[in-house]
Amino acid sequence: MIRATLKSLAARKLRLAMSAFAIVLGVAFVAGSYVFTDTIDRTFDDIFGGLSSDVVVRPDLPGETDLFTGFATGTTTTIPAGLVDDVSALPGVERADGEIEDQSFFVLDTDGDVMTTQGAPGIAVNWHDGPNAEGDPVLQLVDGELPAGPGQVALDDRTFENSGYQIGDEVQFVSTGDEPRVSAELVGVVQFGESGSLAGASLSVFETRYAQELFLGGDDAFNRISVTASEGSSAEQVRDEISAILPGDFEALTGADVDEETASAIEEGLGFFNTFLLVFAAIALFVGVFLILNTFSILVAQRSQEMALYRALGAGRRQVTRSVLLEAFVVGVVGSTLGLLLGLGVAQLLKTVFGAFGLELAGGLVLQPRTVVISYVVGIVVTMIAAYVPARRASKVPPIAAMRDDIVSTESSRRVHLYVGGALTLAGAAAMAVGLFADVSDAALLVGAGIFAVFIGVALLAPVLAVPVLRVVAGWYPKAFGTVGRLARENALRNPRRTAATASALMIGMALVTAISIVGASANATVDKALDDGVRAQFVVSNAVGQPFSPAIAEQVSQVDGVDDVVSVRMSGGLVDGDQTFLQAFDPVAYSQAADLEMVEGTDELGPGQFLIGEDQAESKGLSVGDTVRLQLPGSDGEIELAGIYAQTPLLGGGVVVSQQTLEDGAVPPLDSMLYVIASDGADLAAVHEGLNTATADLPTVTVQDQDEYKQQSRDQVNQLLFLVYALLGLAVLIAVLGIVNTLALSVMERTREVGLLRAVGLSRRQLRRTIRLESIAIAVLGAVLGVALGLLFGVSLQRAIADDGLDQLAIPGGQLIVFVVLAAVIGVLAAVWPARRAAKLDVLRAITTE
Amino acid sequence: MTTEPSSPRTAARAVDLTKIYGKDDTQVVALGGVTVEFAAGRFTAIMGPSGSGKSTLMHCMAALDSSTSGEVYIGDTELSGLNDKELTKLRRDKIGFVFQAFNLIPTLTARENITLPLDIAGRSIDKDWFDNVIATVGLADRLSHKPNQLSGGQQQRVACARALVSKPEIIFADEPTGNLDSRSGTEVLSFLRRSVREFDQTIVMVTHDPSAAAYSDRVLFLADGQIVDEMTDPTAEKVLERMKGFDSVGQQA
Ligand SMILES: Nc1ncnc2c1ncn2[C@@H]1O[C@H](COP(=O)(O)OP(=O)(O)OP(=O)(O)O)[C@@H](O)[C@H]1O
Ligand SMILES: [Mg+2]
Repeated sequence: MIRATLKSLAARKLRLAMSAFAIVLGVAFVAGSYVFTDTIDRTFDDIFGGLSSDVVVRPDLPGETDLFTGFATGTTTTIPAGLVDDVSALPGVERADGEIEDQSFFVLDTDGDVMTTQGAPGIAVNWHDGPNAEGDPVLQLVDGELPAGPGQVALDDRTFENSGYQIGDEVQFVSTGDEPRVSAELVGVVQFGESGSLAGASLSVFETRYAQELFLGGDDAFNRISVTASEGSSAEQVRDEISAILPGDFEALTGADVDEETASAIEEGLGFFNTFLLVFAAIALFVGVFLILNTFSILVAQRSQEMALYRALGAGRRQVTRSVLLEAFVVGVVGSTLGLLLGLGVAQLLKTVFGAFGLELAGGLVLQPRTVVISYVVGIVVTMIAAYVPARRASKVPPIAAMRDDIVSTESSRRVHLYVGGALTLAGAAAMAVGLFADVSDAALLVGAGIFAVFIGVALLAPVLAVPVLRVVAGWYPKAFGTVGRLARENALRNPRRTAATASALMIGMALVTAISIVGASANATVDKALDDGVRAQFVVSNAVGQPFSPAIAEQVSQVDGVDDVVSVRMSGGLVDGDQTFLQAFDPVAYSQAADLEMVEGTDELGPGQFLIGEDQAESKGLSVGDTVRLQLPGSDGEIELAGIYAQTPLLGGGVVVSQQTLEDGAVPPLDSMLYVIASDGADLAAVHEGLNTATADLPTVTVQDQDEYKQQSRDQVNQLLFLVYALLGLAVLIAVLGIVNTLALSVMERTREVGLLRAVGLSRRQLRRTIRLESIAIAVLGAVLGVALGLLFGVSLQRAIADDGLDQLAIPGGQLIVFVVLAAVIGVLAAVWPARRAAKLDVLRAITTE
Repeated sequence: MTTEPSSPRTAARAVDLTKIYGKDDTQVVALGGVTVEFAAGRFTAIMGPSGSGKSTLMHCMAALDSSTSGEVYIGDTELSGLNDKELTKLRRDKIGFVFQAFNLIPTLTARENITLPLDIAGRSIDKDWFDNVIATVGLADRLSHKPNQLSGGQQQRVACARALVSKPEIIFADEPTGNLDSRSGTEVLSFLRRSVREFDQTIVMVTHDPSAAAYSDRVLFLADGQIVDEMTDPTAEKVLERMKGFDSVGQQA
């Protein structure tokens, strides 16, 4: 029996290839995601591993470190030079180097453009030659000289190479200081660490005194102390030794702890991407399971006569099942192996794409044993599971079936499908509802599981749903295409289970695309509405790279002719009653001139030590005017009082608003994130725009936008994210298309004799191709219709669920959805090309006499 | 044998028809220069031992397979000069074929199967002729059934009706009763007989069964790719007798 199975496998290589194909794709995405994730991790571990010195002393910030660094504002709390001396005097300390670091100091290249990758920091530090924990220098001079005094700078080698500057040139910078524009003579080039990779950031190095002038207002102070332990002392000992003499608002950590913290913060930042990839891999695999299931069903159906013959010759049911499972195992192994290889390719591709965007991942790909194991387990297990159902069905093939051609699926199994499918759909919908609308902790997990269950449920129901849909989709075929149309319709309808299974792969892709497009359209509608209703200011000044900027800019802008008022908005993180919270700081009275802000209760006269909050948040937190909460900032820890409650606006999101003084008192650097510019009555807006552009001309990081441009930019941000999602979902649709090709080709092979007969009684090749094409279109449109319907459901409930979090406009992109269905029809045409050509090539006589 | 058409018109003929399968070592001469005529309005049976080339002859005559050399005429049309499109059209309009098994499209009803060649060709159905054929086949009450709801004999009769309904010049049937019990076989054969007698249809049928051959007007005997004998107005006994002679000849050779 085993030999017979293997022989039959080997004899049908094409069949093997086609059924392995689905597995290859599914496994490739899983493997690709893991390999890429591991490669990212390795890269950051390399960059940050052993970066810090033995012990680091820094200001003690409340909450997690990235609560403040996340807004690139950090803290104004500094370490006085005297403390550096105290630390270096300790017996366990060999040396202590004061460090200055600024994260918003951007290098402009010779064309005056900002050099860092979108979102990456522009880092500036003071030079010192203290070693890292491994005793190696962190920075090495590779060209020129070290910056030795005011007006001198060294750049990292990557930035230097891309900038077009030569040593001796005057380099231009944009800073957040009082002088927004700085220039310095390039005297040297340094290399960071061993690889030199800064993951897209730029690094500018200055002499300490000059750095203090640039970043700390000339105080003899530092942001951090790097401590090197003397021979014989461990980092932990030295840390404890230093902690003992530190004032309360500073902390000492071992370098290893700091490095880990930094690396994991960055990995977390990229973590969404990994999650995204894995979710996508799950989708790919999920779609893949359908294809595999489908493929094996067809293969088994095709071989049911062979199976029946085995049974007639005395093979037991078990043997038949085992033979199918064995076949699945072989296919699974082959598919997983190829999938793993393809996965490496996928990871390499992603790495290249990342590199092209400036985020270079040094070194080769990381293939961990875990990835290999998971790939094989996933590939083989999925295939075996997918094969088990048809295998059991195969074992039930009665021996007399060897004599007959057609084996119809039993009524009872269809009823089981109906019940199980219905139950799963309902359970999934319930889980989604709970996750979306109730206040539970594992909401995302519930929603995910719910969507998964609904997918499977609907897929099980699909054979039942397919019949009425197909009657509509393909109902007009006979009228329009005569016999060819009737054949196509009947072929699509003859085995609803197979048709539905083929369509369900596309259904999933389409459902996701539809849901995303609804969320996207809603986000755009929400942004539009918020800006239409909410913004009265004629211009918005913001930073293109998402970094805050110097308050000096607000000063300059307010000098422009025709500008009536400038409202600055600052942002920071903070701990409110112990919860990490996003804070905005502005003068509410001025703000209400620029944008929508209506008080429901209390006053908008916001003083230091007070705050405002949105209606909904006040209600959910049970706050009323006069109540106090605890606010922790880098340099402060105290109670603030609720001064007023404002009507919910999408622009503010209902969050906490404090005065700018409150932030400054809390040692948050006084940097603006956004400026609303209000023009005077009757001012010539074009002239004002011109004036604003001139005022900010030497600051390429800052952009001036009128309302339309600002709206468009906000929309572009939403769309950019959408395109990324679409691109990946597009791959899911591609898998689905290949699935249709696969199934269609197999089912045409299954009908070889029928095709031969049709040709024998006079069907031309063209007519035959058209028949198959029409069938394919019906299947694809069926998948699209079911998918769009499901996607509508998902999209609308998703929008409803996050309506309170700001996405309060529901928009259904009707035109887009129609395009999806039309595209599906095109997909159907394309998917039919190969199977139709194959069928048309069949030799009539050969087809008729085929067994 | 002359090729000059004699009094009844010739529906199809082959001249020195040769079919060789494979090449070199594995070469099989399935037909070794067969020259034969099928007169219009006659029922011809072809008999011969297994592997003698009967099916091959049918396939070549019915434009399902190409010949290695020689000529095949359907009416006055010579097949070797035709391309695929022309062959398809010829099959559709001039030839009917009944296979031993798997004659029907499972998704179509009996009626749709019968009218399939006309539908494909886009020709309108001659209502009277259709009713006439159906009445002869005796399937009037089964027309809306799918093939799997019909017995084997009924299925073969539907297949015969399909071959008849487009009024082809000639119908080829390769062991149409091979899968049937004798009663169902009789149904099919008497139907073929009647269509020749009543509608003047031309039929060529391969069979292994002497009593099936007895329904025909003329029996051709094939052995090793050659026509070795023929018999007009056969009876089952005469055919059986003739076949026995063959077997011994075949064994001696
Ligand atoms: N496709 C093929 N390739 C090679 N040889 C073939 C092929 N088809 C038929 N033959 C050979 O040609 C010869 C004639 O075959 P054919 O099918 O015409 O016999 P037949 O008279 O119909 O036999 P049966 O009564 O068993 O159906 C046989 O020897 C057969 O082996
Ligand atoms: Mg034969």
